[in-house]
Amino acid sequence: MSSTTLVSADRISEGDSMIRVENLTKKFGDFVALDDVSFDVKKGEIFGLLGPNGAGKSTTLRILSTLARPTKGTALIGGYDIVKNDTEVRKLIGIVSEKMIMYDRLTARENLWFFGSLFEIPSDVLTQRIDELLDLVQLTKWKNVLVGTFSTGMRQRMNVVRALLNMPRVLFLDEPTLGLDPQSSVEIREFVKKLNRENGTTIIVTTHTMVDADMLCDRIAIIDHGKVVALDTSINLKKLISGGNSTILKLGVPNLTADLLETLRTLDCVQSVSQENSTNVRLIARGDDAFDSVIDAVRSKGGKIASIENIQPTLEDVFLHLTGHEVRDSADQKIPQERHRRFGTPQRRVR
Amino acid sequence: MRLMGARTLLSHSFRIAWKDVLELYRNKLGLVLLIVMPLFMMAMVGFIYPTSGSSVSNQPIAIVNSDAGYNNSMIASQTFTSVLQQINSKTDTMKLTTASSAADIKNLIQRGDIEGGIVIPSNFSASLASGKQGTVVIITDQSNPQVSATIETLLSSVFSEMNTMIAQQKVQALGITANDSLATVQPFKVKMQGVVPGVPNYFDFVAPGIMAMVVMMSVMTGLPAAISQEKEIGTMDGMMVAPINRLSIILGKTLGQTVRGLFQGLIILVLAVGLFGVTIQGSILLVFGLLLLGVFSFVGLGIVITSFAKDQQTATMLMMTLMFPMMFLSGIFFPIQQMPWYMQDISKVLPLTYASTALRKVMVLGAGIPDITTELTILIVFGVVMTAIAVPVFRRMMTR
Repeated sequence: MSSTTLVSADRISEGDSMIRVENLTKKFGDFVALDDVSFDVKKGEIFGLLGPNGAGKSTTLRILSTLARPTKGTALIGGYDIVKNDTEVRKLIGIVSEKMIMYDRLTARENLWFFGSLFEIPSDVLTQRIDELLDLVQLTKWKNVLVGTFSTGMRQRMNVVRALLNMPRVLFLDEPTLGLDPQSSVEIREFVKKLNRENGTTIIVTTHTMVDADMLCDRIAIIDHGKVVALDTSINLKKLISGGNSTILKLGVPNLTADLLETLRTLDCVQSVSQENSTNVRLIARGDDAFDSVIDAVRSKGGKIASIENIQPTLEDVFLHLTGHEVRDSADQKIPQERHRRFGTPQRRVR
Repeated sequence: MRLMGARTLLSHSFRIAWKDVLELYRNKLGLVLLIVMPLFMMAMVGFIYPTSGSSVSNQPIAIVNSDAGYNNSMIASQTFTSVLQQINSKTDTMKLTTASSAADIKNLIQRGDIEGGIVIPSNFSASLASGKQGTVVIITDQSNPQVSATIETLLSSVFSEMNTMIAQQKVQALGITANDSLATVQPFKVKMQGVVPGVPNYFDFVAPGIMAMVVMMSVMTGLPAAISQEKEIGTMDGMMVAPINRLSIILGKTLGQTVRGLFQGLIILVLAVGLFGVTIQGSILLVFGLLLLGVFSFVGLGIVITSFAKDQQTATMLMMTLMFPMMFLSGIFFPIQQMPWYMQDISKVLPLTYASTALRKVMVLGAGIPDITTELTILIVFGVVMTAIAVPVFRRMMTR
């Protein structure tokens, strides 16, 4: 399929970017899932795609892992074009999908053997690798047990090692901690870090949980409505707020009213306001007199300030600051659209 | 280089097929159903469908003899009744009772006590004696056409027996010996002889068709279901991200389904021979060769449907819609020759028709390859055309 364009194997060199995404656009009918997205991922980097459901994270991942074709633009992985050289790209990558890729009626070993045998790996090497991988995720004891009887945590570990069978240079992780308990989430995160540290694997991870992005990623691209709205390290992203002379205030007002909230919103210095519960308000304000004006405004409306806190920005605040809405807000609204896209009729798709 | 590509393509397909067979083997309930389904099918068509008129037995039929006689002789109607009883006693088709009048018969039919009636009119003897035809009236339950056909068949054999008797008496009166009289009256006689020895039963007719149907349908329904299921649970992505040819996925899935289909075919064959007394005249190898060819001719259609159906449910529904006309129009249960011409035309475009015809020729008539070249050619052409359509459609579906 791909042998038409021969690309020399040494196109990947040290320090180069491992993945180069160029003007990637994907449309499903009239719906634009990805809108002219470009970014580079360095070799050996853990790169995060952060955004609500339906923002275009999974679409980006599916296109990069050759499972979907871009409508416009392209991407190079290890120097190979994802459309023209898809078979070469597939040799370099592994994908941990949101869905668990495994057969319930096969044992752990049989599952890994089946998927491993689709790559050109000599069978003795494959046997050894399967044993090592199962050992790595503490599933050796269960290797001859049907996967259908596994717990969610065990299945997710299986799902991860399945993607490692071909020792990929690039690993894609689509919501790797979704639906896992905190302990399993920690395990997966540690495992991914270890993999990156010891094997130098380049990792792209999509997530909508801030913790994952914060703890895991070297750099984070914040995606909303199919566009990259910011791309930087976690620290630098947070500086977008604090460095820009912005302050995050958490106010405790026991007699909070809608009128009071509205007043806060209309203040010149206030960028965004979000109500956390019946008494707490979180707001991002700008300028040197931010404190004063906010306090004055609350007082003028008869609000009692029980507590006031100047807090460190989180990625959540960054997202709010950049997009004007919360991750959760749009996540809830966009779920049906995501479904529509994934199971939509193929005929309607424009390539 | 090309050869290497073909070999890896095949080796990947075998791995996918092996995985599918292993999954099937682990599914114990599925395995049991694989055996039970053809068993039900065979039993159903074998025992429910009437094989011929003689399968109907003990139909309650009433007789009314209102013959007034001729010169105080009621010999004609008495002979009719006794010949009728004599012939009926061989087959037990009817359970004869007597009724008082035609009106009584109608009453009894409406009440459901009897299925039909025979009325000998009052002028029966008189007509015969005066050289006219003797008429017998059949009253039937119109809601059950089968019964009137049965009675009619039986009565015509009664009349032909009586005709022969009367004619024999007449020629004997002319001085011809009793032995020669039959040849004089009926110089011609029919003797049935088949191509193969023995009397084929309905199972012999239906078993090859069911085999062809079950094997092809199992591939045709199994393929879309298997592929859309893998798409739904996400395992398809696992195969798609491997550096393998897209064709090996479809080829592997087809192989897996073919193994399943042929296994079912084998079960039907064993059941047909062991339980239903079917004898196979031709070569078993040719039988399985034909089944494989049948699968090949259908796979393309299965792939096209797979590519269009979004999910497993839609795929199954689509297949069911196509399956029913094929089941009844391909001459599996009823001979095509009995259908109206427009239905015969439809059945001529269905590949299943040719597969089951060829299979029947081989199994029942002991035909060899030279005898079924027409069917073979049509199946091959159909398969090649469908595959040529299916492969590009499938490729488009896989990378969207």
